[in-house]
Amino acid sequence: MQATEPVDRPEFRPHRRWYRRPDVLVPMVLVTIGFSLLVGAGEVTGRYQSRFTAERDVVPDWEYLFHLIPQMLRGLFVTARATVLGFTIAVVLGFLMALARRSRLRVVSWPAVAIIEFIRSTPILVQLVFLQALTRATDVVSLSGVQILIVGLGVHYATYCSEGYRAGINSVVKGQWEAATALNLSPWIKWTRIIIPQAVPNTLPALGNYLIAGFKDAPIADAVVGVSGLLFFANTIRAEDFRPVEPYLLIGVGFLLVSLPAAWLVRRLERRLAYERI
Amino acid sequence: MGDWILRSGQYQQLFDGLQLTLQVLGFSFLLGVVLSLIFGVMRMSPFAWLRGFALAYIEFARGISSIILLTIMAIALPIMLDIDQASLLMLASIALGLNMGGYGAEIVRGAISAVPRGQTEASIALNLSPGQRLRHVVLPQAMRLILPPFGNLTIEILKGTALVSIIGMSDIMQASRNLIQQQLSAGVSGVTVLFLNVLMIYFVVAQVINGLFRLAEWRLERRYRARSGDLPRLPSDANIAGAGN
Repeated sequence: MQATEPVDRPEFRPHRRWYRRPDVLVPMVLVTIGFSLLVGAGEVTGRYQSRFTAERDVVPDWEYLFHLIPQMLRGLFVTARATVLGFTIAVVLGFLMALARRSRLRVVSWPAVAIIEFIRSTPILVQLVFLQALTRATDVVSLSGVQILIVGLGVHYATYCSEGYRAGINSVVKGQWEAATALNLSPWIKWTRIIIPQAVPNTLPALGNYLIAGFKDAPIADAVVGVSGLLFFANTIRAEDFRPVEPYLLIGVGFLLVSLPAAWLVRRLERRLAYERI
Repeated sequence: MGDWILRSGQYQQLFDGLQLTLQVLGFSFLLGVVLSLIFGVMRMSPFAWLRGFALAYIEFARGISSIILLTIMAIALPIMLDIDQASLLMLASIALGLNMGGYGAEIVRGAISAVPRGQTEASIALNLSPGQRLRHVVLPQAMRLILPPFGNLTIEILKGTALVSIIGMSDIMQASRNLIQQQLSAGVSGVTVLFLNVLMIYFVVAQVINGLFRLAEWRLERRYRARSGDLPRLPSDANIAGAGN
């Protein structure tokens, strides 16, 4: 009986290099393609305009609502692109912040803690207007609205990401650190070959959640620094047609259409990682 | 950069705005706590339709952006349902509370499922009704796990209250905008200092909230430890000395 067991079942080999594992490679390729499409498509400009007059007494007027969809998608694209770019900053800066925070030098770690706590506990809305005022006051750089959003979102979520990284780095068991020391590995090799490969996969679900949270915070910039994203679209249509119901409902739906599947993907990733860690 | 400190009249306006911010925070916190307890418990309900309803609410509240929920509540909903838009404070609090309830419900659910099963089984064996079981056995133990993430969540809501300035409420953010409009002569660097001060005010409020939650945690922890470990120690010989009188 035992001989008839199927033997050609692919065995689970987590020690294969990542580029030899389709379950890692395929999502990575998809993410890369999506990222480059989103970023490479360039900035969408132009104003939103409704070419359709809704019936006055019908709320909501479905035909009017459907005709707004293409413009809503354009706004969604602007918001999503800024979010992704900002989050790219956050992922890199967050790691540096995590390293600074766990540094042994108090000159480095204490300011890092103070800055992280400060940025984490103040609203991103105020941070964006502060950033705008700062760039206007100093005259060193002048940033457009989208750039302010990207930088502001990047710095704000870098602090969140740094907490995620910190938890991930702390979750690497002590024996790994000791073994790296015992083998006399250089700090570079220790971090790139031992610590990061174990720490970062554990933080991926948290980072995914922060990406979604950043996407939810991105429309704030439409209202304060003039990004032509989702909320700006709704505000423009409302100002033109005096029809607030349809555009606002539409952006609510558009939001859920992106964030719910994304949250589902993150939960899948979480389950998958929990399985591999065993 | 000029002075880092504003004039006291300016602080007065900011603090007036802060009052509204704290009001919105208070109302939405109350609503959020109630909603998260209700829906967190509903997620664990034996009835599938209740669980499904709670799941739908939680996914909606967590999936939608708080600012978009806020604008829908404040602008679209009053027109759709023909209600008076005057009570912006209520509408904003409901929007933020709905948002907080979604996150809070997941926290409550996680905490309840972390309470050991034996506790539930013991209370069933003691013939407690489901309500009593929840109120006297499960929730008090879950509360230790609920409090720390709720502190963070409250700070998130505090940050969310800055959004009410967008729908035209005169909170601290709106007060700072008014200041800019009144004192254009202060120049661009004055605006930077102003917003830096606003950020500091938010930071201080957040730290106060943090401290309050730490205090609550500490009190709860102390009570819990006293119950499960040693009996609370009496003041030295107080009861013996008192017994003589």
